[in-house]
Amino acid sequence: MTQTATQNISAVELERQGYLRRQNLRSVAISIVSTLVLAALIVIGLKVSPGWPNVRESFFSGKYFVQSFPTVLKGLWLNLEVLFFATIGVAILGTLLAMIRISTSPLLFPLRALATLYTTFMRGIPMIVLLYLIGFGIPGLNIFGRIPAAVLGTIAITLDYAAFVGEVLRAGFQDVHPSQRASARSLGLTSGQTIRMVIIPQALRNVAPALMNDFISMQKDAGLISTLGAVDAVRAAQISVAQTYNFTPYVVASVLFICTSVPFILLNDWYSKRLRGREQGMGVV
Amino acid sequence: MSENGNQSDQSVSASNPESQAPMSENNTQTQGQGAPAQSQRQDTQTVGVTTTSANIIKPVLHLDNVKKTYRNGKVENQVLKGISFDVNPHEVVALLGPSGSGKSTLMKCINLLERVDDGQIWLNGTDITDPRVNADKSRARIGVVFQQFNLFPHMSVIKNVTLGAIKVHHWPKEKAEAKAHELLQRIGMDAKAKAYPDQLSGGQQQRVAIARALMTDPELLLLDEITSALDPMLVGEVLEMVTELKERGTTILMATHEMEFAHHAADRVVLLRQGVIAENGTPKEVMEESQNPDTREFFSHFREV
Repeated sequence: MTQTATQNISAVELERQGYLRRQNLRSVAISIVSTLVLAALIVIGLKVSPGWPNVRESFFSGKYFVQSFPTVLKGLWLNLEVLFFATIGVAILGTLLAMIRISTSPLLFPLRALATLYTTFMRGIPMIVLLYLIGFGIPGLNIFGRIPAAVLGTIAITLDYAAFVGEVLRAGFQDVHPSQRASARSLGLTSGQTIRMVIIPQALRNVAPALMNDFISMQKDAGLISTLGAVDAVRAAQISVAQTYNFTPYVVASVLFICTSVPFILLNDWYSKRLRGREQGMGVV
Repeated sequence: MSENGNQSDQSVSASNPESQAPMSENNTQTQGQGAPAQSQRQDTQTVGVTTTSANIIKPVLHLDNVKKTYRNGKVENQVLKGISFDVNPHEVVALLGPSGSGKSTLMKCINLLERVDDGQIWLNGTDITDPRVNADKSRARIGVVFQQFNLFPHMSVIKNVTLGAIKVHHWPKEKAEAKAHELLQRIGMDAKAKAYPDQLSGGQQQRVAIARALMTDPELLLLDEITSALDPMLVGEVLEMVTELKERGTTILMATHEMEFAHHAADRVVLLRQGVIAENGTPKEVMEESQNPDTREFFSHFREV
């Protein structure tokens, strides 16, 4: 198809394509130059500041980077475990909250009121306070015996993020046009089947970027379980810092956290792009 | 149902069949309309049974004094003021009427997407407005095609068409897909089986929507202004499909603005005006011979053509 097309290109189109190519080259050149200039400015700014050698030694020391890397990496595994279980918990609790919040049945009014109260409370409370409340409050009740700090941390993170995710999902559910519901119900699908097969799949597509945003935020907040004494990446870095009086291990933890989030960010971008291409058709704008 | 305020005079006239009679002189052939609703309710055995020239025909759809009022705060809007008519087997009935006459509301009530305020809707002998009758099962017996197609954008054409058969009627996937391919072939869309709705033209989407509604051989097919969202070039291909369905004996109730099509394809025309049935008869009787000035006015543009 492309071969026959290229044979019949008119002089006007060839000229237009040439113009577009030149325009593209020009914008690429401009962006490269401006990036280099900005980078140079940052480097020069740091070099001329008198305290830079000290800061570099405290935060970006190659020696301490290598030294602390293995223990911090080991701690990261705990963060990933917390993230894994919290994600499952948030998905279940968040969906439940969203479904209760969009329900209209008068029977469910008490639940609806409770869900509203829950999302309001959980989204308002500072994460660290909630962590303390659950991490130290629940063991203080003396009914469950000894629970590992990581488990309590996971529960706190789940409760907090379910409120945010529930609200995102609610918006997504409500965004699906009512005619889709009518169409599904008229096929004879039950209310539950309609939500599962028609509403949720479409809602998830609409809110995927917002959900991914919450996911990455949660991944970062998984580091807060260190405040409960669980030895995760941040805690491991903290221990190293206490031993060496050098802050580089924190940078190590940050780099690891960033690296973990990159695949999810790329996955999200790829997924939304694919959906857009398939279901909306692609144009130049 | 309490009717109050400015609605009262309208509801009285609507609930009394006698007072409607002068409005529609051509109703002589109308089945069910003239029969007292009360006697039918008492005897479930004979409900909806209509006698025409000594043959007993059981209507597929029997509407008995259907009423619907929308309430928005204190504002009440009675959209359907007692609608009664039948759709007989293999019949194509065109539901005509100006915008706001209640066509769409009536379609939604028949499909149980809206609850009626009063009256009954019988589908082949079942009162589907009875709350003890499973509404999901009743909906599954009726095929619906909407003005805006309403295909599921996240599913391919074949998934759209087979969803109801697999999930509601519990057909095996192979059987459903075989039937779907057969239907798609018939409408010339089999090559697009794996495409997604947004990759199709409006006319193609609407044909797929019709295929979806036909999958499980519904007892009644409701077509709700299915050509209104299509540009004139695409209207033809969809109406052609409806003609083919008529030839195959599908029972169809279609709300439409396509007067030309109603005139040559429908067996009967029901004209709604402000929530009541103004006319009910053959296309010729209603569209050409009616003496009612409002009816003549409504069809004046059509008659000039």
